[in-house]
Amino acid sequence: MNASTSSLSPARKFGWLLRREFWENRGGFFWAPVIAGIVICALSLLGALAGSLHLSGIDKPENLNAAMSSDEFARQMGFIGDGGLLAGVGIVVLVLGFVVFFYCLGALYDDRRDRSILFWKSLPVSDWLTVLSKLAWALLLAPVLAIGIGLAIGACLLLISALTMAINGMDGSWAMIWHSHPIRVTFNALSIVPVYAAWSLPTVGWLMLCSAFARSKPFLWAVLVPVLSATLLSWMGALPGISMPHGSIWYTLVYRGLLSIAPGTWYIDSTLVGRLAASAQHIENPSDLMRVIDLSRGWHIFAGADVWIGMAAGTAMIALAIWLRRRRDDA
Amino acid sequence: MSAIVARNLTKKYNGKPALDDVSFSIAPGRIVGLIGPNGAGKTTALKAILGLTSFEGELSVLGQDPRVSRNRLMNDVCFIADVAILPRWIRVSQAIDFVEGVHPRFSRAKCEAFLARTKLQPKQRVREMSKGMIVQLHLALVMAIDAKVLVLDEPTLGLDILYRKQFYQSLLNDYFDEEKTIVVTTHQVEEIEHILTDILFVRAGQIALAATMDEVAERFTEVMVGPEHAEAARALGPLDERTVFGKSIFLFDGIARPRLAQLGELRTPNVADLFVATMKGTYA
Repeated sequence: MNASTSSLSPARKFGWLLRREFWENRGGFFWAPVIAGIVICALSLLGALAGSLHLSGIDKPENLNAAMSSDEFARQMGFIGDGGLLAGVGIVVLVLGFVVFFYCLGALYDDRRDRSILFWKSLPVSDWLTVLSKLAWALLLAPVLAIGIGLAIGACLLLISALTMAINGMDGSWAMIWHSHPIRVTFNALSIVPVYAAWSLPTVGWLMLCSAFARSKPFLWAVLVPVLSATLLSWMGALPGISMPHGSIWYTLVYRGLLSIAPGTWYIDSTLVGRLAASAQHIENPSDLMRVIDLSRGWHIFAGADVWIGMAAGTAMIALAIWLRRRRDDA
Repeated sequence: MSAIVARNLTKKYNGKPALDDVSFSIAPGRIVGLIGPNGAGKTTALKAILGLTSFEGELSVLGQDPRVSRNRLMNDVCFIADVAILPRWIRVSQAIDFVEGVHPRFSRAKCEAFLARTKLQPKQRVREMSKGMIVQLHLALVMAIDAKVLVLDEPTLGLDILYRKQFYQSLLNDYFDEEKTIVVTTHQVEEIEHILTDILFVRAGQIALAATMDEVAERFTEVMVGPEHAEAARALGPLDERTVFGKSIFLFDGIARPRLAQLGELRTPNVADLFVATMKGTYA
């Protein structure tokens, strides 16, 4: 064996580790969102069918776009189209939250339980590279894949509605597709990935730490430790002379430590209600609605300390998980 | 240079020593049987060699400390830690792809040649295989790696005799050469004693016997003694005495053969008998 083949670059190994994760978790990362999408598309197809049958006996509205110019109508239809695409992404992203939650809990536990960790550890791959490959899936690859699938589902939904309208003789329904902004929507959706990664890091870190640490039942550890400690701290607040910031305790331990893995939770903060109220007054047509659910707004979190503290805590927990992965010998 | 050197190796679980100040060394090109009763510390020793556990004392594998340079060491050390520990979801083709992707010394051609002799299909998943087939796959993966040290911990436990014979036959014929070192633990001593070059008996965390097979043949002698010579045999301080068909079989350590020949028929003890004699009273 000559020297040139005596080692492989970490980048190459990392690539294979990523592939390995996909092989193992194809069901969660790929099939779960795809099946959810198929169900939604089938349901809307049924709805469209039922609606069309129902409409066939009724007089159709003569002119849907009577109130505006045809250009303006097409423009507004295009925004409805964008909404359709985003609806697809929304469905998948909902599934994503659950998938990533259970993926993280199992990532460093399942192979210890079935002892196949001994096989992985017999290969020249470092523990930190292994853990980082799992982290990359949870934070980046799973969301990107989900958004891709979501857009495809959105396109199907769009096609179904445009087709339904056309069949029922409504003019200009195809504008929903031709005047939509798929590139803008894609860019918009992808722009939440870094936000999601940064925001969910403390939860992902905590789940992976439990996954690396628990001898059994990582789910119970992951859920009960933050919930019980928050409860306990809250109770202590009932003692005379001790004042507890209940809100921040629950926010830190449970919301940021356990629930921040659900996509979109970064929108729910103290400014949310005011923002919604302010924007609700100005929604008169689809383009306004699309402006309100401008997803890139998520980037505002980087202005606050919350996300940075969360990322620091998450990074520390990941480091601890790597150390545990290396040191644990209970397999 | 020795492949593996252990000096004052100690490992405690909750204060109870699993390895108690153990020292041994294993030369390259040997097949060493690490043999001991359950709980003697065999697996702990192997885990220490593989850098899978912490320990006190000194241990050098191919000149490196497994605690410090575990990842680099795994380029040259392979192990089958137990039967059937391949991940259940993996397919044969994926296992080959992955090991090829991360192991610099893996040869796909070799691996596929080994697999061609089995019934395994590329698309087949581990969860669809019998225990014997899983071990065939694992062995094919490991034998396709040009490693210097191979560690086997009960590799054939729970397999039928056909798989067991095939396992050791492949290992000996297609894998082993004078550059490689194999350390193997098993309870089926009879099946591997003909392939071993060295034995290490472990008892209660300590080395009870470390010898090459040649030394064993030289040092240990079994004598089948009739009743008339039994007292004389006992006077020589045998390791063990058992009775078969009215004759006593004595096991001696380090008594000259000509002297023993006067007592009865001589033979070289097999490893299993030697093991039983050495471990007498372990569970008492």
